[in-house]
Amino acid sequence: MIRIYDYVLSGSCYKVRLFLSILGLDYEAVPVDFFPGRTHKSPEFLEINPLGQIPVLEDGDLTLRDAQAMLVYLAGKYDPARTWYPEDAEAQGRIAMWLAFAGGELMNASAARLHDMLSYDFDIEKVRAAAHDALRVLDDHLTDVEIGGGEWIVGGGPTIADIACFPYVALSGDGGVAHDDYHAVRRWMYRVKKIPGFVVMPGIFEN
Amino acid sequence: MTITDDAASLNEWYAVAGMDDLRVNGPRRTRLLGQDIVIEPAANGAPCVATAGEGAGRELPSQVLYGYVWASLGEPARSPLDMPEFAEDRRRFVDCGTVTVRTSPYRVVENFLDMAHFPYVHTGILGEEPLTVVEDYTVEIRQPEDEIWATDCTFYQPKAAMSAEGGIQTRYEYRVGAPCVTVLYKTCPVVEDAWDLIGIFVQPREEDLCDVHVWMLLIDDATPLASLLSFQHMIFVQDRSILENQVPAGIPLDVGAEMAIPGDKMSMTYRRWLRQKGIVFGTSRATA
Repeated sequence: MIRIYDYVLSGSCYKVRLFLSILGLDYEAVPVDFFPGRTHKSPEFLEINPLGQIPVLEDGDLTLRDAQAMLVYLAGKYDPARTWYPEDAEAQGRIAMWLAFAGGELMNASAARLHDMLSYDFDIEKVRAAAHDALRVLDDHLTDVEIGGGEWIVGGGPTIADIACFPYVALSGDGGVAHDDYHAVRRWMYRVKKIPGFVVMPGIFEN
Repeated sequence: MTITDDAASLNEWYAVAGMDDLRVNGPRRTRLLGQDIVIEPAANGAPCVATAGEGAGRELPSQVLYGYVWASLGEPARSPLDMPEFAEDRRRFVDCGTVTVRTSPYRVVENFLDMAHFPYVHTGILGEEPLTVVEDYTVEIRQPEDEIWATDCTFYQPKAAMSAEGGIQTRYEYRVGAPCVTVLYKTCPVVEDAWDLIGIFVQPREEDLCDVHVWMLLIDDATPLASLLSFQHMIFVQDRSILENQVPAGIPLDVGAEMAIPGDKMSMTYRRWLRQKGIVFGTSRATA
């Protein structure tokens, strides 16, 4: 069975739990004492992921780190219709761009949240400003998408780009980064919540 | 950034650091009632010392109790609450870490005392629709310790604890040992006639910002630590989202300022008790 090393408050772990639920896949979640014990930095856990990060996904002999990599793998392996990660090169290029954004610029919203919730030592004004910059980029993109008659980050249906971006957008309020003014983003979040198999985590609501 | 002259708040004991946190991360620089404080292991054999103010600062009354360093900015008239369960060998203490919440410390305590929100905020865990009615319970202020106790509380819970197999009718007692100190005694799913304790010690940093030290004292040798933590963090952060959206952040202590529902007598008692103490810091009178 698929196994993930998991922490209930991690938006990155939630990314993977959300996609597993949407795909209807059973999995075993192994809770990691991320806080306050920081066991993801322990020598034992560094054997599993030398970067000392969660989540980690195991499936048979395969071990993956990085939530974005997990989405690519799960879509390729368990979505035979290939709607979540289409085989078209142009779509894959666009999706990779937004996966990098989700694991990059958007993680400033995660940093702000870790600062505000768990007292992590970040320059809070700087990470909040960077999180707003990222939200603005996504909002501009989704506005263009809507003008063109679309609803999703890439192409005509939801893809792993939407799954990758959703958690830290939806959780940004936890770090004092309000998303009230990003109207296209808010409409898109509402659509994501209507995807069959959608699940919540603390800080994210059904509606 | 108020430096309060609210004697009722200044003369209380507050948990200001977890001993586990100090061991791992060293001295803790934080805030208490709008003032800078530092908590560090002391050289003179005393376990810890807390100081307030710039430079050398002044040494504060402090003590180590229940896994935390407690300090006061004033002159506390009495000790922190007495919890004899901490001396029982069969129990396991779990430091669930410190979570920051942007609201009044008293809103955090009040939410902790409220059973009515279980089915809506902790759906499928601590409650479940349509079983939303809060059965009547008893609230009293016990003297001479001046603590609020609510007894005979019951609620149907689909997943009351990590050690619970399926739904149980959970019995509760709530205790408010000080304005920022509250403990919940809850049916232990594995041992009859015993309580599990879950508590929060709230450290008011600013009027609308607090660090909440969350802990459990359980009879449960079986559940792995990481599972216990994930359960408690899930519950607490579900509450945090709701708390940060309450307006105003300062708690109103005027009777009738916020409409009370009948199940709310614990909350009404708590607010009246705070008002009678003369608490100002963190109330809507102060932040309005």
